[in-house]
Amino acid sequence: MSRQPPVQQPPPVQKLWVRYAKRGVGRFASHRDFARAFERALRRAHVPMAYSSGFNPHPRISWANPAPTGAESESEYVEIGLAEAVEPGELAAALGAAFPPGFAVVAVGPAGPSLMADLEASEWEVTLGAAGAVDLADAVARFLAADEALVTRETKNGPRTFDARAAVVTLEAAPPGLHAVLRHTVPLVRPDDLVTALAQFGVTPPDAPLTQRLAQGRLIGTQVLDPLV
Amino acid sequence: MNRARPESIFPALEPLLGRVKKPVQYVGGEVNSVVQDWDTARVHWCLAYPDAYEVGQPNQGLAILYELLNERDGILAERTYAVWPDLAALLRDHHLPQFSLESHYPVRAFDLLGVSLSTELGYTNLLELLDLAGIPLHSADRTDADPLVIVGGHVATNPEPIADFIDAAVLGDGEQAVLDLSALVGDWLDAGKPGGRDGILTTLAQTGRVYVPQFYDVTYAADGAIAAVCPTVPEAPARVQKYVLTNLDAWPYPRRPLVPVAETVHERYSVEIFRGCTRGCRFCQAGMITRPVRERSLAAIGAMVDDGLEATGLEEVGLLSLSSADHTEIREIAHGLADRYAGTNVSLSLPSTRVDAFNVDLANELARNGRRSGLTFAPEGGSERMRRVINKNVDEADLLATVETAFAAGWRQVKLYFMCGLPTEQDEDVLAIADLACRVIETGRRVTGSRDVGCTISIGGFVPKPHTPFQWAAQAPAEVVDRRERALKDLVRSNRRYGRAIGVRYHDGKPGLIEGLLARGDRRVGRVIEAVWRDGGRFDGWSEFFDFDRWVRACAAELGPLGVGLDWYTVRERDWAEVLPWDHLDVGVDRDWLWDDWLEARGQVTVPDCRWAGCADCGVCDGLGVDIEIGPSGRPLVPVTLRRKLGVAHV
Repeated sequence: MSRQPPVQQPPPVQKLWVRYAKRGVGRFASHRDFARAFERALRRAHVPMAYSSGFNPHPRISWANPAPTGAESESEYVEIGLAEAVEPGELAAALGAAFPPGFAVVAVGPAGPSLMADLEASEWEVTLGAAGAVDLADAVARFLAADEALVTRETKNGPRTFDARAAVVTLEAAPPGLHAVLRHTVPLVRPDDLVTALAQFGVTPPDAPLTQRLAQGRLIGTQVLDPLV
Repeated sequence: MNRARPESIFPALEPLLGRVKKPVQYVGGEVNSVVQDWDTARVHWCLAYPDAYEVGQPNQGLAILYELLNERDGILAERTYAVWPDLAALLRDHHLPQFSLESHYPVRAFDLLGVSLSTELGYTNLLELLDLAGIPLHSADRTDADPLVIVGGHVATNPEPIADFIDAAVLGDGEQAVLDLSALVGDWLDAGKPGGRDGILTTLAQTGRVYVPQFYDVTYAADGAIAAVCPTVPEAPARVQKYVLTNLDAWPYPRRPLVPVAETVHERYSVEIFRGCTRGCRFCQAGMITRPVRERSLAAIGAMVDDGLEATGLEEVGLLSLSSADHTEIREIAHGLADRYAGTNVSLSLPSTRVDAFNVDLANELARNGRRSGLTFAPEGGSERMRRVINKNVDEADLLATVETAFAAGWRQVKLYFMCGLPTEQDEDVLAIADLACRVIETGRRVTGSRDVGCTISIGGFVPKPHTPFQWAAQAPAEVVDRRERALKDLVRSNRRYGRAIGVRYHDGKPGLIEGLLARGDRRVGRVIEAVWRDGGRFDGWSEFFDFDRWVRACAAELGPLGVGLDWYTVRERDWAEVLPWDHLDVGVDRDWLWDDWLEARGQVTVPDCRWAGCADCGVCDGLGVDIEIGPSGRPLVPVTLRRKLGVAHV
């Protein structure tokens, strides 16, 4: 008996962008963890997903720039392709109800041409607590005055060294620690890289600083604009 | 008097979670997890699985008990798993205890700590869990402030090596057992704990189905063997009986299993389609201790699958049992579910390794729309003689006919499971596997007309287990297992014609020897477990943690002075008269029947399955007052009703 070719799946009839938040215990899930949980939530919410073709069809889900494990975020985005058009508000309610604790649907709206292209920068808050309080403003000023600030981070392919300065659009010392707008560069500069860089300017970093993404989107001046607005 | 509501340790734990690997495994809150108000329950269980979350969370036994207990009024159940060494070190540094996942309560605050034991190599993790919980390691040192530590699961059918560390063990099916325990312990708590711990343990022992090790005295003879095991209180029975659940349709659990956010080893909705197995494979402990066979009906299975998928959002369904293709309605189950989920992305799997064409038909049915990649069969023994010894009644012609059917149906990979180190085994019995694999490839190439066929041989060391005909057998030394497996691999590799199409996977024989020590050990082995744990032994089921030399050193130090040792427990053959450490624990199978089966094994006499060939007098049904429960039930698969769908927009 010969093996049959897999059935070709029709293209999606509707594409939506979902903005979601991860809060509290949600920050301990890795992106891969959440991606699995997201697929199951879609099924529990009976969202009519479109599927890819092939022997192992996958629901059409496109992730864009997920926040790292350990970070909270009010502004994560994912694009989903549907086999039947649905009312975005109804989807938001059903999906939100099916999400695991620590995750929430913020908004759902029609997709634009490219989610990745619309995610140019992020606004971050870093909680440093007492560890960084001394002369934080001074360290920030000296960091901003520098041409570059090299940091090294462990990646899957070993240690990697890159400049953390060029991606910084704004950086302020403000309670509870730092407030920053970071341009999305390659490699991506994360808020923990900023903390590492500031260590070179006298800031004692806490073990695992709490970071929170407040906004993500297009960069207009120093403002970050929600792609769904 | 019930215990006061404990405080959550989460505020103190949370800052540590950013510093450990995979912190999501410690936060709880999974979909379908149950958080109850402490004060509305009269009995508080913490269910534990002494391995990492990724292994323990999918465990079916714990999932069943968790759901069952939380459904009952007045009973609360939370869960805990082994924490990785990175978090264990932080917990100790910060004086934080082992905690439950639902409410992050200290484990020591619960009334009962129920531990599910699936593997002997989890014993050091059990000690670590107790120690992190702040519960005294030894039952004798515990007070009213400590939970009752009760173990269950297959491994608990010989709990003697951990007898000093547990308060009680339950044999057999857990469903009714945990409800009985809840009632007895609840009454005891409500009455103000009359008699203290001894009071409740006496009550439990009196039921005849809960084993309380401290009520038994073990004495030893000059040759090192056990002289006698005697109850020390009149309430303790001479032999403890196992629990047997009947009418599985009335116990459709798990209905709403947890959906983890963390990645785990099995991410599927599993339905146990029947419990027990009477194929009579002589090496198989599960097949001996879970008798008789009790099936779920087609209708009940169909309903569970529908509800389970709806409650979890999972897409993979596992139809579990010890030999799933043997269900009397398996054709209807496979066909009916394949029809029901045709055109969806739900996939069905049947972990059956039966060597026959019918099994291939089932696999074809379940893989109707998907890719036909690999099929697994388990001849277990390499030679015809070996297979008769272990009562795995498959001949070479059966196997080749089966793989021929599989290759003809479009399958391209065949995986074959074998064991090494079986009783009476000689080198040539293992080397015969190479020849068999070559014949498989030869068959595959002939049938498909293609060289694109492969065979993987997976071979594991045999460990003799209690309550089986091989409980008297000498375990093969690790060197013998390793030598035979290597010789097999070399022989396969040297075959220029077929060698490249055959993969051989084998494992180091040393962990198997320690598993053997712990499986057939007596109370003296507890000292070894404790010494290994004190020396840092953890996660012995994980090759990156397992340290054979540490076990060998602990055996020498702890057992040497007693005149016994690692070899005495493992590679030594026992005779009929020897008192085995588990003889006072009755799983239903008659000891003399096992002994006769052991003699027949050596005479290469096979025993047919009692489901189709009549009763073989193993003693289970008469002894336990139960019967085989098999179909066909005659009740059809009920069509699923269309679920509410998300409203479709009219655009």
